[in-house]
Amino acid sequence: MNQIQNLTKGFLRENPLLVLVLGCCPALATTSSAFNGLGMGAATTFVLLGSNVVISLLAGIIPDKVRIPAFIVVIASFVTIIDLVMQAFSPELYETLGIFIPLIVVNCIVLGRAEAFASKNKVFSAFIDGLGMGLGFTMALVILGSIREILGSGALFGLKFIKGDGILVFILAPGAFIALGYLIALINRLRRT
Amino acid sequence: MEYILIIISAVFINNIVLSQFLGICPFLGVSNKVNTAIGMSGAVTFVLVLATIVTYLIQTYVLDKLGIGFMQTITFILVIASLVQMVEIILKKISPPLYQALGIFLPLITTNCAVLGVAILVIKKDYNLLEGVVYGASNAIGFGLALIILAGIREQLDLADVPKGMKGVPVSLITAGILALAFMGFTGIVK
Repeated sequence: MNQIQNLTKGFLRENPLLVLVLGCCPALATTSSAFNGLGMGAATTFVLLGSNVVISLLAGIIPDKVRIPAFIVVIASFVTIIDLVMQAFSPELYETLGIFIPLIVVNCIVLGRAEAFASKNKVFSAFIDGLGMGLGFTMALVILGSIREILGSGALFGLKFIKGDGILVFILAPGAFIALGYLIALINRLRRT
Repeated sequence: MEYILIIISAVFINNIVLSQFLGICPFLGVSNKVNTAIGMSGAVTFVLVLATIVTYLIQTYVLDKLGIGFMQTITFILVIASLVQMVEIILKKISPPLYQALGIFLPLITTNCAVLGVAILVIKKDYNLLEGVVYGASNAIGFGLALIILAGIREQLDLADVPKGMKGVPVSLITAGILALAFMGFTGIVK
């Protein structure tokens, strides 16, 4: 019943990137192609799932006053795990995402969910919430990455379907800001009607 | 000479916000008014330089010595978080006017990815301590520059007739995009 709503809210109604505008830094920096966006989304989803589950298990044990540092340590441990795993199994993606893998630790989405949801709910709900939010974030990153890749190099997931160079600026930094700006404006418009 | 290169490339060419995408949250969050933007840049400069020094020393004398480089993320974020707390307490005691000006921005800085990002970048780029400090300071200046310019533009934008769906975040993002486009003009000053 409720769990389905819990899962789907991350996609549109409370999409962390497009509606709540959290986690802008990795969203802008890593979406130069759809595949990079997918990689970043997957890494963030893993950290969200892990930290949500562990924090909801520990919620009763952690004293209220030191909860934020405690949450940060839990999140940082999962970030370290995914950092090492990606370094070992997909070094190319690790190179491209670079500094933004360790920076998942300061992604407001992860700490926000820990504070607002995981610490107050049961393990299973926290797991579903993390999954929904993570997939919603991944979806937003893939959409943004696809838009930039199609406009910037005429390709999608590396498959080129338009001849020529494309509008290079969309691969570069300014294109990231402009594409995300119009995407959020579109979502605002759709949500109102 | 190399210090000048570091400064110019960090402030203009690889601007921390507009081309490296670090610290976007405060960039969008506190850029409504020029005054708050100046306060925030001051606080970031202060913490960024301090954090760069402390994390550099920890990396060289603790993490590298013990061979536990993989603990970098956890150590740095904890050090930065406690550093910010400490700065807040010390400022409150020794300089109330400065605390008045920067106080409300300090808690926000813990989760500012610019601070952790620059700390990690200094280690990645193999700078020595002095170069690291210069790099940190010039990134902070670059952050302040971008933030204050955007705040100035947004104060003017309040008077403009912006379509409903574009109000708030979208129009700020597009403005930032055009600003980034302008900053791309600096590419090529330094080889």
